[in-house]
Amino acid sequence: MTMIGLEIHCQLTNLNSKLFCSCKANYREFEINENICPVCMGLPGSLPRLNQEAVKKATIIAMALNCTTPEKIAFFRKNYFYPDSPKNFQITQLNIYGDTSVGGTGSVMIGDKKIRITRIQLEEDPGRLIYEGSSSKNQITLVDYNRAGTPLVEIVTEPDFETPKEVRDFLNILSDILANLGVADPSLEGAMRADANVSIKGGKKVEIKNIGSFHDLEKAVHFEITRQESLHSRDIEIIQETRHWDDRRKITVSSRSKEEDLDYRYFLEGDIPWVHIDSDIQKKLQTEMPESISSKKERYISKYNIPTQVSDVLSSDKYYSDLFEEAHTESNAKEVANIITTELMGLVDTREKREASKLTSTHLRDLADAIQSGKVSRNSSKNALHEILKSGKDLSAVITELDLGNVSDESELSGIIIQVISEETQAVEQTKSNPQTINYLVGKVMQKTKGKADPVLTLDILKKQIGI
Amino acid sequence: MNLKISALDYIQEVKTGNISAEDFVAKTIERIQSVDDKLHAFLSVNDDAVDQSRLIDKKIKSGEKVGDCFGMPISVKDNMCIKDSKTTCASKMLENFIAPYDATVISKLKQQDAIFVGKVNMDEFAMGLTTEFSAYGPSKNPWNVECVPGGSSGGSAVSVSAFECVASLGSDTGGSVRNPASFCSTVGYKPTYGLISRYGLISYANSIEQIGPLTRTVKDTAFMLNLIAGIDPNDNTTIDNKNEDYLSGIESGIEGKKIGIIKEMIGEGIDPAVLSATKDAIVKLEGLGATCEEISLDMVKYSVAAYYTITATEAGSNLARYDNIRYGYDFPLESYEFNSYISKARRKFGPEVTRRMIIGGFVPSAGHAGKYFLKAQKVKSKLTKEVNDAFKKFDFLISPTVPILPFKLGEKIDDPVSLFLVDINTVTANLTGKPAISIPFANSNGLPIGIQLMADSMHDKSLLQAAYALEQTVSLPEVPI
Repeated sequence: MTMIGLEIHCQLTNLNSKLFCSCKANYREFEINENICPVCMGLPGSLPRLNQEAVKKATIIAMALNCTTPEKIAFFRKNYFYPDSPKNFQITQLNIYGDTSVGGTGSVMIGDKKIRITRIQLEEDPGRLIYEGSSSKNQITLVDYNRAGTPLVEIVTEPDFETPKEVRDFLNILSDILANLGVADPSLEGAMRADANVSIKGGKKVEIKNIGSFHDLEKAVHFEITRQESLHSRDIEIIQETRHWDDRRKITVSSRSKEEDLDYRYFLEGDIPWVHIDSDIQKKLQTEMPESISSKKERYISKYNIPTQVSDVLSSDKYYSDLFEEAHTESNAKEVANIITTELMGLVDTREKREASKLTSTHLRDLADAIQSGKVSRNSSKNALHEILKSGKDLSAVITELDLGNVSDESELSGIIIQVISEETQAVEQTKSNPQTINYLVGKVMQKTKGKADPVLTLDILKKQIGI
Repeated sequence: MNLKISALDYIQEVKTGNISAEDFVAKTIERIQSVDDKLHAFLSVNDDAVDQSRLIDKKIKSGEKVGDCFGMPISVKDNMCIKDSKTTCASKMLENFIAPYDATVISKLKQQDAIFVGKVNMDEFAMGLTTEFSAYGPSKNPWNVECVPGGSSGGSAVSVSAFECVASLGSDTGGSVRNPASFCSTVGYKPTYGLISRYGLISYANSIEQIGPLTRTVKDTAFMLNLIAGIDPNDNTTIDNKNEDYLSGIESGIEGKKIGIIKEMIGEGIDPAVLSATKDAIVKLEGLGATCEEISLDMVKYSVAAYYTITATEAGSNLARYDNIRYGYDFPLESYEFNSYISKARRKFGPEVTRRMIIGGFVPSAGHAGKYFLKAQKVKSKLTKEVNDAFKKFDFLISPTVPILPFKLGEKIDDPVSLFLVDINTVTANLTGKPAISIPFANSNGLPIGIQLMADSMHDKSLLQAAYALEQTVSLPEVPI
């Protein structure tokens, strides 16, 4: 049986500051080595100053993943030399003397399958290495410490996955949960990273590191299963080892360094006293937690009668569900959901497009109302949405500018209809004997008005004019 | 100009206009220039000290608000960061390290208009108790320049006792303030763990060490504590002392107090002169109305072993950052594979630091931690329980600060184990987090003897009261330099 376990690192990107100093958690907007201070550079004499907000956020994640949450947590030092590590130890968590990390055992459901969580720990991200030079001979390594000290939550799972698809489904669910909690923006480059361990029946466990993206994670796991199976079929022993994902060649490569032999000499970080998260604090965090994705979905179905599939899509993406929550009223909820899932999703399917979009919840509300009141046809609403995304102008302004408003002026419409009747004498006669065929005439009116004729009014006038 | 006055007297003299800060600081610098060739207390002298003191005199004259120190010249152990000045830890590894920020204690003293006359010598990275392990050469004991001044805050003790400053800041990991204070006949204080911020103190064994003042009198120590103690957002281990005033009521005496004499600290290996001084101190304390009784602390016999295991482990981790990548000394980074680079870049550690790094890599490692590091932790918690129990019965515990007299330079440098044992009386306060003070008490053929008093956590104020009471019974010769 194939067994796959994951170690997922997720940056708490929505925090203001790093885990142990007041430098920005959002290091991405800085020039190289501009987001640093004595603490995150590990300068002699500096001490870590625990970001209490990070502890709260990590606890919320643990709660959302159904993990046990101890009332007392501790930090440990993981000692190893690496140029991206300013102190040459990482402040992290460990459960060697009882449960002391921010989250204990928990679980996440992928459909009907339960994936067990081993633990959740809060730790600091290292800096970033930049390699320059064309060949290994003249290659130089540069270090950017802007990222060093960024709050990171590590989520460790049991080896409960059996296929790469399960891995991908889990990661999608997990990133939706984290986004919904408001603790992180998983779409940011490097905000979520994962290592995997893979073993097949009769083989040893192989760890895969250095996987840059979730997309590649699925590929890496797939590659590794195939590699192990092919070894197995030829009776070659699968040894326990650490392999690195080669991003360029899309294969796993055995690591030369014996990382499994490293002794991290874990011991308690004395500079950070035990942190107490007692039941009162935990209760408070529970009540402050945003509504879960599943609860949102249930509400959309039961309260607004939105179809299950639409509710599912709407609730799992924080961007859309936030828009929905702000835009909808008791009367237009279904229409708002409809616009989001049928029109908007295609227009803002990437992070860049979302950032560039000038659409607000007010736009959405106005648009839904306009469709419901017949001011704009569904057809024209697409054009309006396009324009709003680009310019951010008010719906009314967009309607005027692009001339999208329904032709609902009776005399104007009557004129057009009289013209159609005179042109389509044969169809008019047919309609008199078979009223069903009036739709053909409606279509003609729509053609003449570029789809803007108020359909209800058109029908009324047509009937009156033809005399049926 | 009398450079021998206490901190409180200095402040009084400047306040009343009898002396000017500039004169005093200038004379102090002259004193350093004239005696430090022999003593080697200083690693660097602040060239701007006199100019800075002139500004303080100006403030006084113009009636501006002046900080509580009134330009008092202070020396600082070279493991505390002063912005824009060299902070070497007496190591070649940090030969060129210029701190870009102030330690919390430094910024607090700056606000109070203290003048830092210079950075003083120490054992490299505070590892040692003789100051012989300084990469820049040992300091000498002003009472006998052939003897060690104690350590690791040797430069601090020497500078105070030889009148090269009025007070000094040292750091105490296993006795590093109290030991040289005892050897040089100054007051040396190790506060309750967490009372003084360690932000900006270069870590050696962070879970047990504290910054502490070295002064001429117990009152001066209380004065210094008033300025530097208290909670600091930059050090999560600091405790709120509610702005305690350590000077008020310092003359309250010790009538009715119960003092435990730690049996394990006056036994085997103690110098007869030290023993008789200790007995004398007990008699004096009883004369002041205290009752003294012997108590046995069983875990003390394991304390030094536990101390060296824990400190080596923490040091191994704390000193790992010295890889010469972000700061350090001139060294080509290029053309090395990382591991070989690291081993080359870290060659500048001296022999004692290297020894402890090796121990620190071994005792907490997988497969050995159970036998060493975890056992040491067990000793630490058992010792703490024993000492806590003792403080249910006693207000204070007494012992000599060091069981022996200052010894000759070089005498023990090649015998680390016998050197380690000199720490036997001081490490308990660090392992248990308790406050402890060394008071100059006696002099045997020109060599100082200090008495140590220890109190329960956060009883720093009453400890200073007891120390003050004992101090009043003492009359000591003047330092022969």
